[in-house]
Amino acid sequence: MKKIRINSFAVLAFVVTFIFTTFNANANQTRENVIKRGSLNCGVSQGVPGFSNADASGKWTGLDVDFCRALAAAVLGDPNKVKYTPLSAKDRFEVLKAGDIDVLARNTTWTLARDGGLAVEFIGVNFYDGQGFLVRKAANINSAKKLNNVKVCLETGTTTELNLRDYFNANKLKYEQIGFTKADDAVAAYDAGRCEVYTTDKSGIAANRTKTKNPADHIILPETISKEPLGPVVRGNDENWVNIARWTLNVMIEAEEYNVTKKNIDSLKSTTDPVIKRLLGLEGDLGKNLNLDNNWSYNIVKLVGNYGESYEANVGTKTPVNLPRALNASWRKGGILYAPPVR
Amino acid sequence: MQIENIKNWLKINLFSSWYYSLISIIIIYYFLLIFPKFLDWAVFNATFIGNEKSDCKSSGACWVFIKVWFNKLIYGFYPEKDLWRINLSFFILIFTISLSFFIKDKFKIYILFFLILIFPIIAFVLIKGGFGLEYIETREWGGLSLTFILTFFGIIFAFPLGILLALGRRSELFFIRYFSLLFIEFWRGIPLITVIFAAAIMFPIFLPQGLNVDKLLRVAVGIAIFESAYIAEVVRGGLQSLPKGQYEAAKSLGMGYWKMNFLVILPQAIKAVIPGITNTFIALFKDTPLIILVGLLELLGMVNLAKSNSYWLGLAVEGYLFVGIIFWFFSFILSRYSQNLEKKFSSERY
Repeated sequence: MKKIRINSFAVLAFVVTFIFTTFNANANQTRENVIKRGSLNCGVSQGVPGFSNADASGKWTGLDVDFCRALAAAVLGDPNKVKYTPLSAKDRFEVLKAGDIDVLARNTTWTLARDGGLAVEFIGVNFYDGQGFLVRKAANINSAKKLNNVKVCLETGTTTELNLRDYFNANKLKYEQIGFTKADDAVAAYDAGRCEVYTTDKSGIAANRTKTKNPADHIILPETISKEPLGPVVRGNDENWVNIARWTLNVMIEAEEYNVTKKNIDSLKSTTDPVIKRLLGLEGDLGKNLNLDNNWSYNIVKLVGNYGESYEANVGTKTPVNLPRALNASWRKGGILYAPPVR
Repeated sequence: MQIENIKNWLKINLFSSWYYSLISIIIIYYFLLIFPKFLDWAVFNATFIGNEKSDCKSSGACWVFIKVWFNKLIYGFYPEKDLWRINLSFFILIFTISLSFFIKDKFKIYILFFLILIFPIIAFVLIKGGFGLEYIETREWGGLSLTFILTFFGIIFAFPLGILLALGRRSELFFIRYFSLLFIEFWRGIPLITVIFAAAIMFPIFLPQGLNVDKLLRVAVGIAIFESAYIAEVVRGGLQSLPKGQYEAAKSLGMGYWKMNFLVILPQAIKAVIPGITNTFIALFKDTPLIILVGLLELLGMVNLAKSNSYWLGLAVEGYLFVGIIFWFFSFILSRYSQNLEKKFSSERY
């Protein structure tokens, strides 16, 4: 009798494995696969405020999520045809390479080692992050250069520590570091008055500020002391898909530059401006270069919005994350967002 | 009369000598110091009514957070309209287990048979889809239900495998003995986190191109194999506690290897190690949050996700307390259930 049980268990295990098993189609036909599947598989974080997060109804929102929605709008004409896979920082690239997701939009820093070594391609920067400082308003400090003889609370084990040391040494400032293994503890210690300064990446500071007892009492100093360009990533072996992703982001940025918004895009159809005409897909056939319909760029802006709209809705000053545009403003407005021309 | 009783009880239990009194007073002091504050925070000053974080204006806990996110914490991203499928699966499970308390002993074997062989298939089809039900990808599974699925899968897989390994390790056949020994020592010698990591990330690299086994399944199998090594050692402890006479008696009745083990040896051995087995299962249950590392969001993962939503920041304590209570509650039930089993089976020896 026991023998039978073993056999049926083996059969069960086999059947289960077989049912779960799926076959990946050819890796460099991502666009075809997405269209055939009717949905885009997007890798996101396990919860980064303002960048990718779910709400209580299960709907994903965020700056990174909007990029995926824009990509789905460009390829499928529907920003809601996205399936999200939460990924940890550790397994994100492996999952992308294995083909489980079509695009990774998970506040990932673009570095040479990652771009060159991992068979993946960074398609641009959708958020210029960098390390900054949070201080109390009451301390009357308006520049990081004035931080001398301060205690700094931070999360240990990241590049934050190294950047901090470099910056203070370079500016001949003295500081004392108080390290914690978790960001929550570091913020709590800062809030309790053990340090004058809390430091981490600016996107993280903004979110962590809301955890203090009275967020309005704290300000973020203007200096950014490190470069953390965050951007979406796709597999490197599919040129067509790399281009589609890259120009989806560029369209969002360029649409903001020319003031094409979700609301006014339909009224701009009668415009004579050739740049806007191209953006709306009314002139030329740019879509053909990407193997897409000519209204791909119209869909991005109409269904998701331009970069500025997405920014303000997710991480802007009216949201709890409350990040000023700073570097992430268009180059015409003092930022460094500069998309190559969509033409 | 009543007061007299209380006085006596206090005297015997808390103040029987000067140092007992001192210890009691210190403990009561700290209890009174901490507990009222905790109650203030968790109950009296807490906010229960509302739909968003701004409704929590008091200094106490914000249970609105748990209320609003409750469905997500329990079911993950499973589609709302299909929640009945998960509910039905768990109803069948609980119904079957409760049934086993009321029916005659000789039918219990069928219940076991059902739970190990038939129920997993029913639950699998219900939750995953097929036979006319819409397919739900495993990426949408999550929350407490995923914790349960992993634990249940782990138990029904690890228990039989563990028993076989325990027998194998005491087998007289060279290959079987050393295979079991190596298998157990290997899996027991590496941390669970390594197993999960390898299952999720390294395993796909070894698969032929184009073949892809579901990530959740890989991780579940990894956890189950890992736990089976522990079960094997626990069961081996039970096997070793049996006197040689039991084996000899069984053999002298003309029983073969399997009959001897399954009718005479194992029932006694397993009975002796119920606490150890329960221990392993509770550990398995509590180990499941480790799968956060590979992007699967069970109960704790969902709480992490919820607390980092920009409109719900700063509510980690409430979330973690909720997770703690849930884990404690179900571990406690498992523990009570095993105590119940122990009592029931503690009779016939000697």
